[in-house]
Order: sequence, then structure tokens, then C-alpha cells
Amino acid sequence: MRNLRTPLSEVKGLGSAKEGTSHFWAQRLTAIALIPLVLWLAFSVASLPGMDYLAVREWLASPFTAIMMVLFIMVAFYHSRLGLQVIIEDYVGGHAGRMIAIIGVTFAAAILAVVGVFSVLRITFAG
Amino acid sequence: MAWNDTRPLSPHLQHYKLPLTAYLSVAHRATGIVNSLAIVLLVLLIASAASTPENHGFMAGLATSWFGSLVLFGFTLTLYYHMCNGIRHLFWDVGYGFEVETATKSAYVCLAAAATLSVITWIVAAAA
Repeated sequence: MRNLRTPLSEVKGLGSAKEGTSHFWAQRLTAIALIPLVLWLAFSVASLPGMDYLAVREWLASPFTAIMMVLFIMVAFYHSRLGLQVIIEDYVGGHAGRMIAIIGVTFAAAILAVVGVFSVLRITFAG
Repeated sequence: MAWNDTRPLSPHLQHYKLPLTAYLSVAHRATGIVNSLAIVLLVLLIASAASTPENHGFMAGLATSWFGSLVLFGFTLTLYYHMCNGIRHLFWDVGYGFEVETATKSAYVCLAAAATLSVITWIVAAAA
């Protein structure tokens, strides 16, 4: 049988969903970035002497902590959203339910990431 | 009428003992979902620290209660497990470690590494 795909579509390599390997690639890139970020987060939180208000704020206000935390929040929510999307696609059967779930997870991840980044910046810059 | 069909059944979940690698695969998804909850709680904790001492006191109180500590201990396990098994996945992505023996070996390495990292983190937390 003749190949029904046009030469252009084969060269572009984006498939029928028009996104190619972008989901896969973004998930792996964020996964690699999260290795150092998770190790940093776990050990810095474990090293905190306590959870009291001023100590936590002083910790988050230091430039290194603030930068690492903003990176962690953005990358972690992106990675989480990509993974939850795959799980929804695998287990939510109906078209409407699936779309609603993916939209909900995407909005929740975006909102929470912005809340997190804003909070870190507020502690850092607004004292 | 009694069941007298002796032909073998298709090995569905109640009859087929899953290999270790399959349990790790299931656990990767499960810990991914748990870790998503963990970062939600992290943001709530940071947001509370950015607001009033009262709000932060409430969140910090939850985190340092016995139940909160138990949850945080659990999160170190799920984060490290997902990270170690994710590294296993990254090796598969570039074409290494697909042989059954290698995959089983790396499964044990992944479990041991996640447990070791968790214990080290708990020791650091206890000493701090």
C-alpha cells in the first residue's frame, strides 16, 4: 500500500496531534532539573532548626534559597501537570470528563505555581 | 453444573504474580500523585509564611504535629522513590537497562537508594 502521509508531514515529524515528542521531551527535561532541586529542597527543609515564622521567612529571604525555591516551584508544577495529564488520559474514559480534568489540573498547577512564586518574592522583597 | 474446564486461564490480576518491576512501575505513578499533593502543601506553607504569623502558625502547627511529621516522613520516601525510579526511566529512555535481569537489579538499587536517602534526610532533620 502506498504511504498516505505527505512528505511534508513526515519531515515535520509532529504526528496527528501536531505536538510530536514535545510532551515527552518536556517531562524528561523537567525530570532532570528536579534531581538537584529535590535533593536541595529535602536537605534544606530537613536542616531548618524549626518551623517558626521568623526562621522560615529569614530562610526564604536569602537570595540562594529564593532562587532555588522559585525554580523548584515552577519546574515541579510543570512536571506534575505533565504527569497528571498522562494519568488522566489513561484512566478517564469520557471525552468531556477527560477534558475537564486536564483543564482543571492545568489551571490548578498554574495558579498554585504563581501563588508559590509570588509568596517567595513577597518574603524576599517586601520583607 | 460444576466447573470442569481444565484449560489454563488467561493470567489476569488475581492469578498472575506481578514481577517486582511491575510493582515499581505502579508505585511510580502512585508516588507521582502523592508528590503532586506534597508540592501543593509546600506552596500553602510558603504562602502562609508570606502572610500573617497567625496563618503561618496554623500551617506550621499542622506540619510539626505528630501526624504532620508522619506525612513529611512519607513525603521524603515518595519524593526520593519517584526521583530514583525516574533516573531508572531516564536510563531506559536512552536505551540502557531493558534486560529482565538488569531491570530487576536496578529495581533493588532504586529501592535501596530511596530508603538510604530518606534515612539520611531524617538523620539531618533529627540533628537540626
